[in-house]
Amino acid sequence: MKYWREPLDRGRCEVPKGKVTIIDKRCKGCRFCVEFCPRKVLEVSKGFNEKGYHPPEIARPDDCIACGFCELVCPDFAIFVDQQASCPPPAAKAPKTQEVGAH
Amino acid sequence: MSRASDVLSGEHFINGNTASAEGAIAAGCRFFAGYPITPSTEVAERMSRRLPQIGGTFIQMEDELASMCAILGASWGGVKSMTATSGPGFSLMMENFGLGVMTETPSVIVNVMRGGPSTGLPTLAAQADVMQARWGTHGSCDVIALAPSSPQEMFDFTLRAFNLSERYRLPVMVLSDEIVGHMTEKVVIPPAEGIELFDRRKPSEPPSEGYLPFEPGPDLVPPMANAGEGYHMHVTGLTHDERGYPIITAAAQTKLVRRLCEKIRQNSRDIIACTEMETDGAEVVVVSYGISARTSWKAIRAAQRGGVKVGQLKLDTLWPFPEERVRALAGKVRGFVVPELNMGQMVYEVERCAAGQCRTRLVPHPGGETHDPADILAAIREVAA
Amino acid sequence: MTEGHDEHDLQHHNGSSSVHRDRSGTVALHERHHRETGEHPLDHLLRPGRIPHIWCTGCGLGVVLTAYLNGIQKAGVDLDKVAIVSGIGCTGRIAGYINLDSFHTTHGRALPFATGLKLANPELKVSVISGDGDLFAIGGNHLIHAARRNVDMLVLCVNNFNYGMTGGQVAPTTPVTARTQTSPYGCWEHPFNLPYVAAASGAVYVARWTVLHARRLVESVAEAVRHPGFSFIEVISQCPTNFDRPNKGGEGIDLMHFYEKKTVVKNGIDPKEADIGLYTPIVCGKFVDQSKPTYDSCYTNMCTMARGGKK
Repeated sequence: MKYWREPLDRGRCEVPKGKVTIIDKRCKGCRFCVEFCPRKVLEVSKGFNEKGYHPPEIARPDDCIACGFCELVCPDFAIFVDQQASCPPPAAKAPKTQEVGAH
Repeated sequence: MSRASDVLSGEHFINGNTASAEGAIAAGCRFFAGYPITPSTEVAERMSRRLPQIGGTFIQMEDELASMCAILGASWGGVKSMTATSGPGFSLMMENFGLGVMTETPSVIVNVMRGGPSTGLPTLAAQADVMQARWGTHGSCDVIALAPSSPQEMFDFTLRAFNLSERYRLPVMVLSDEIVGHMTEKVVIPPAEGIELFDRRKPSEPPSEGYLPFEPGPDLVPPMANAGEGYHMHVTGLTHDERGYPIITAAAQTKLVRRLCEKIRQNSRDIIACTEMETDGAEVVVVSYGISARTSWKAIRAAQRGGVKVGQLKLDTLWPFPEERVRALAGKVRGFVVPELNMGQMVYEVERCAAGQCRTRLVPHPGGETHDPADILAAIREVAA
Repeated sequence: MTEGHDEHDLQHHNGSSSVHRDRSGTVALHERHHRETGEHPLDHLLRPGRIPHIWCTGCGLGVVLTAYLNGIQKAGVDLDKVAIVSGIGCTGRIAGYINLDSFHTTHGRALPFATGLKLANPELKVSVISGDGDLFAIGGNHLIHAARRNVDMLVLCVNNFNYGMTGGQVAPTTPVTARTQTSPYGCWEHPFNLPYVAAASGAVYVARWTVLHARRLVESVAEAVRHPGFSFIEVISQCPTNFDRPNKGGEGIDLMHFYEKKTVVKNGIDPKEADIGLYTPIVCGKFVDQSKPTYDSCYTNMCTMARGGKK
C-alpha cells in the first residue's frame, strides 16, 4: 500500500498483530482470503486437503495486522485471526523487508 | 394467558361459525390468521372482535397460503393458533398443511365447505372436500378431521380439535359446511373450569447441547419447545432426524414418515368418535356426517314407520376413519346407505371396510342444497329389500 | 489447527505451526477459547457436524452466513430470543446451519411464517434469510405485505440473479440478456430492483451490499436488527456454478474482483436509481433509514382501545 504522504502520528501508532489459523479440511479453495488480504499474508498452497482443494497457507505471518477480513470473507469457516498484543510503533522497529516471514 | 372470564359460559343463540370461534377461544386459541372467504368469514369476523379484547392476536393475511403459514409460525411462538377458510382457500392451504404435519405443529383449520370445483357455489353447501382433507397435501401422512353437524358441535369439535392438535402435534381440521356454519341454534358454553384442555407436552430437560427436538415419547409424539426458550432447535419441512437436521435418505424418510402415520394410527381409538343411533339389530345403517347426518334423520324415521329396522352411524371424526366399527357393523347389516353432498367420497371408505360383507349404497348430491330426504328413504328401502 | 489433521496437512502448514509455538505465551486479546482449541470463533453459532455446508466453491452464501452471525452478535440482542426463518433454495438452507432457533419453511412462505412467529411472541428477534426467487417471485406478495405492515423483523435477501438450487433458471432478478437454463437466448423480462420494491412497499430500513462488502454488511445487519420495523438488506452474491458460468462472468473470485472494481457506494440515494444490469456497475449503500410505528405497537394500541371500548 502506498501513501501519498506519511501520517503525522505514524510513529506513535501501534500496529495490531494477528495470528492466522487455517482449518484446512473445511477449505473449498475459493481463494477469497488469499486475494483480498490487504497485506498479502496468504498464498495458495501446493498441497491438497482431504477434499482435493488447495487451501491457503500462511506465507508472511509477521505481516498480519489482524484486520480479520480473511475471516469475514471466507465462505467456509475455514480461517480465523486472533489479535495478539500490538507491536510497538514501526519507528521503534527494524526497517521492514519483504523477506520477513516469507518462505 | 387465558382467563376464565374469556370464556363466554352460558347459553347462546349463535350461528355455527361464531360457535366455532368461541370454541377456539375456550380452547385457549389466542392467534387467528385468515383471509375472508364465504361461507367461513364469520369465524374471522368474530375473532377480529374477540381476540384484541382478551390478549390475543388477529391478523388478516394477504392470502390463505400466508394464513396457514402464519398460524404455524404462531404455534412455534407458543400460542394456540387457528385459521378458517372454505374450498378455494383450503386448496391453497394444502401445501403448508403438509408443512404443519412434517414439522409437527399444533394448529386448527376450520373448513366451512361450499360447492366446487373452483369458485363453484360460494354461498351454498357441499361436503366435497373430505377426500382433499385426507389426501390433499402431497406425500404420505395420516390426518385428523372432525365433522360437526350443528352449532353446538361447531363449538365442541373446534375445542376438541385444539386438544387433539396439541396432543398429537399436527394441524387438525374441522370440516363443517355452509349450512352448519350459517345455522343459528342454541349453543351451551360450559363454565371455564368444566372445560378439559390439553396443552402440548414440554421437554422435561432444560436446553442442552444434545437436545433432540424430534425424539418421540412412547406415544410417538415428541415433546415440543417453543421458539425463544433457549433450545435452539431446527425445524424443517425436509425429511429430518431426531435432531431436526435434514437427512435426504430412504432410511430417514422411512423412519420419519412411518412415525408420523403411526402416531395417529396407534392412537386412533383415542381420536375416533362416532354417534350411533339405533344400530343394534339394524338391517340398514345410514353412515353420514355433518349436515347430511341431520337430513338423514327424517328419512330414517320415515323408514322406521314403514317397518324397516334402520339406524345411523354419524361420523364425528371423518379421519381417522372408524374402520373397526364399520367392519363390525358390516357383518350384521344388510347394507349401508351413505348420503353425502358430493358425488361419492366417504362411500369408498365404507365400501372398503364392508369388504363385500354387505351392500353399500351411495346417495350422491353435488351440493347447493341438502338431500331430499325422499332420496335417502328410497335408498334405505332399496337396501332393506 | 483442528483435531484429526494428518501429516500431510501439518507438512504444508509448517509455517503456521511454528508461529503457533512462538506466540504460545502471548495473551490473545479476544476469544482465547478458540485459539486454544483451534475452533473457529463462530463455531458455537453453527450446528455441530453441519459444516462443510452444501454451497459450491466460490459461492457467496457462506460469506453472508458469516456476516449475519457477526452482525447478530454485534447487535447485542439475547441470542436465545433470535429466530431465523427461511424459505427454499440455496439461501434457504442458511437456517439449517445456525445454532439458534431456526425454521426452514416452504418455498416463498418464510415471511408469513415469520409474521406469525413474531406476533405470537413479540420478544423474539426474527430474521428472515432467503433468496431472490423465494422472496420476490413465489413469495413476492408476502414481501410487499410484510413491508406494508411494518412487522418488526430483518429480511436478508441474497440475490444471485437466478434459481441456483434447481440448476440455474431465470428469476425475477435476472438481468436482461442474461442466459439461464430457461432463458437460453437471453432473458427478455425486466427484472425487479429489490431495494426499490422493498422501499415502495414500506420498509423502514433498506440497504444493498455485495458479498465483498462483508464489513459493511456486518454493520448493516447489526443496525437493521436493532431498527424497529421491517428492515430489508439485499446482498448481491455470485453464483459461479449456475449463473456466472453461462454468462461468462468467471469464477467466484472473478466476481469478487468485479464487485471490488465495479461497485459504487451511494448512501441515501433514491433506490429507484439502483437498477442492476448484466455485469454493469452496482450501486450499494444504505438507501432508506426512517422510523414508522411498527405493526406490534399499532396492534397493542388497538387492543388497548378494544378493551377500553368493551368496558
